[in-house]
Amino acid sequence: MRRTTIIAMAVVLGLFILSWILRSASYVTVQEHYLIGGLKVTFSAFLTLAILSFLYKDNPFYKFAEHLFVGVSAAFWMSMGFWTTIVGNLVPRISQSLSEFFQVPYQPGSYNFVYFIPVILGIMLLMRLSRNRGWLARWPLAFIVGTTAGLNFVRYLRSDFMEQVSATFVPLFVDWKGVGYFISHFSLSASGQFVAIVANWVIFLGVICGIIYFFFSKEHKGVFGAASRVGIWVLMITFGASFGYTVMGRISLLVGRITFLFRDWLGWIS
Amino acid sequence: MKCKSLVILLFVCGFFALAAAEEGSGPPDSTHVDSIPPPTPVSMLTARDSENDHGHSVTLMWELSTDDGAGQNSVLSYEIFRWVPFFMDTLQSIRDSLAGAEGTIAEQLRKRRDQAIAMIPGAHKSYPEQGGWRKIGTALSGQSSYEDVGVKDRGSPDYMADHTDYYYLVDAVTADPAIRAPSEIVGPVQSFGQFFNTGRIPVFVAVLVFGLLTILFVTRARRGAELYVRPLAGIEAVDDAIGRATEMGKPILYVLGLGSAADIGTIASFTILGRVAKRVAEYQTKLIVPCYDPIVMTVAQETVKAAFLDAGRPDDYYEDIVYFVTQSQFAYVAAVNGTMLRELPATNMYMGVFFAESLILAETGALAGSIQIAGTDQVAQLPFFIVACDYTLIGEELYAASAYLGREPILLGSLKAQDYAKAAVIILAALGLLAASLNWTAFINLFSVTS
Repeated sequence: MRRTTIIAMAVVLGLFILSWILRSASYVTVQEHYLIGGLKVTFSAFLTLAILSFLYKDNPFYKFAEHLFVGVSAAFWMSMGFWTTIVGNLVPRISQSLSEFFQVPYQPGSYNFVYFIPVILGIMLLMRLSRNRGWLARWPLAFIVGTTAGLNFVRYLRSDFMEQVSATFVPLFVDWKGVGYFISHFSLSASGQFVAIVANWVIFLGVICGIIYFFFSKEHKGVFGAASRVGIWVLMITFGASFGYTVMGRISLLVGRITFLFRDWLGWIS
Repeated sequence: MKCKSLVILLFVCGFFALAAAEEGSGPPDSTHVDSIPPPTPVSMLTARDSENDHGHSVTLMWELSTDDGAGQNSVLSYEIFRWVPFFMDTLQSIRDSLAGAEGTIAEQLRKRRDQAIAMIPGAHKSYPEQGGWRKIGTALSGQSSYEDVGVKDRGSPDYMADHTDYYYLVDAVTADPAIRAPSEIVGPVQSFGQFFNTGRIPVFVAVLVFGLLTILFVTRARRGAELYVRPLAGIEAVDDAIGRATEMGKPILYVLGLGSAADIGTIASFTILGRVAKRVAEYQTKLIVPCYDPIVMTVAQETVKAAFLDAGRPDDYYEDIVYFVTQSQFAYVAAVNGTMLRELPATNMYMGVFFAESLILAETGALAGSIQIAGTDQVAQLPFFIVACDYTLIGEELYAASAYLGREPILLGSLKAQDYAKAAVIILAALGLLAASLNWTAFINLFSVTS
């Protein structure tokens, strides 16, 4: 390890300890032990800064935070999976003795032999750890992929196909009572006739051109190509709006982190 | 001065006293309970089994009381009653005892409960003897229907047995609960489940049409028919990207996203991974596949293993090509970002289902100087891939990519069937537009799907 790296790490460690001491002082009046309270805030701030240091370049602090995050989360989710799915949901429904062993209330009324199917599939999935019985793991995988694909087929046809097709059934001339009426009542109000007509035209042309863009059996040339280009424009405008909307959401997350650093850790803002 | 103030005070007090007196002597409040005459009852009360369900439900319909929103305008709500035999109280007491019982006592009680449940239809036959009316719900004024929905669970107090004679009546209720008008009794009516949900016939037809189209084109593809699929820039770039990685001696990072093995986007990604892995095996390039989901990891390992076998290089395959990271979204991102900056892959491919991590991954990949190809069916994440990646497969293109790269008859056939379905959508949209403009509700209703 280079000398500058060691010095940098020592400086960070020193700052961390200093911050811990200072933050602990502000926790004296709190019920929680003041050293623990100070450590929690200081360590959270350290991890936040360690992750943010990635913006500069990969460094030992980022690596530490990354490995800690991955290790803790992997263990947490494995533990959650075992205690909520297997112990919490499965065991009370299939075995009284196991329920007593894990100290969870047995639910005899919920007993159903169907629960043994996932147990068997789960054991088969674990067979991939065996060199000779590894092929058994393919059956539960096929079951998962096959059943869900089949279920999704109907679900998507209903929600993404039928309902969206019927949503495009809109009149191109809303409340049409002639050109004279249209001109005399012309308004740019969001609830006005003009905006309603434009909105329906956009829906209709946007859907048709968007579908043409995703038509793979024909080369996009001539009129077909022009419609396809309109389709991609519609998509890009939609993506632009979506991008702006989501970025606003991300900024609120950033504000949350900065608030934590400046209020909870440094105490610079009230 | 004091005298003047006193006069004003007296004047104000007098004014308020007069106002209060006038208020008291005004016309009586229309909602005052003493003045309510009995309302007219609901008419034409009917009860029938609820349609398109799994049973355990009865739908009541009636014509509003003439005093609901008109006439004396005195009806505030409708109370719905079902005739319930006293026997149901016995059953409930067994259920209550069972809730706190354990061991053999619980077993005996469960048997008694099941025996009692089997006797429910018989007990309802005793109508109108040995039972009484029980309020089961309320409908607000103006409402002319009510669905009596029970549950299927026999252990629940709300269990509603199918194939049992039920009797109902509806009371039109005024502001004074004592002043009400009962309807005629309707019954017997039985609830039962239906095999077919007629509200979903349009979906059934769509499944049939799409299924037939798929079978037709798959058969044609198997017989060797040349099915044209237009080139897609993102897919064309895949082979170039693998070649670039080989020339540079750097690895290819393939990210399957955060979807489960059952997501359509992830399934499409497996096919693309198979194709990429085969090329990687042929060129002897390094492949890195970090996974978020353990099941996805298992499928990906099988896919890559099969691809190496197809390429004639099974010895080059090792399990650590595909590895599990964690099931925490941002921990996974942190790990993949670290891999990108340490391994400096020549090409990053993001194919599958992505969420908030899409931009973080793609931005880091761009910082690392990798060529990036992304594809997802998550509409909200596409903008991020479009701005940060060199090529992006938008939605359907991800599914088309697997067919285009694999050239397998099943995939090509389904892609062709999708194209014909899209053509049908264009025609239907045009017809629907015409129908909406000319108010042809019959055509529009053909596409309405109920839950």
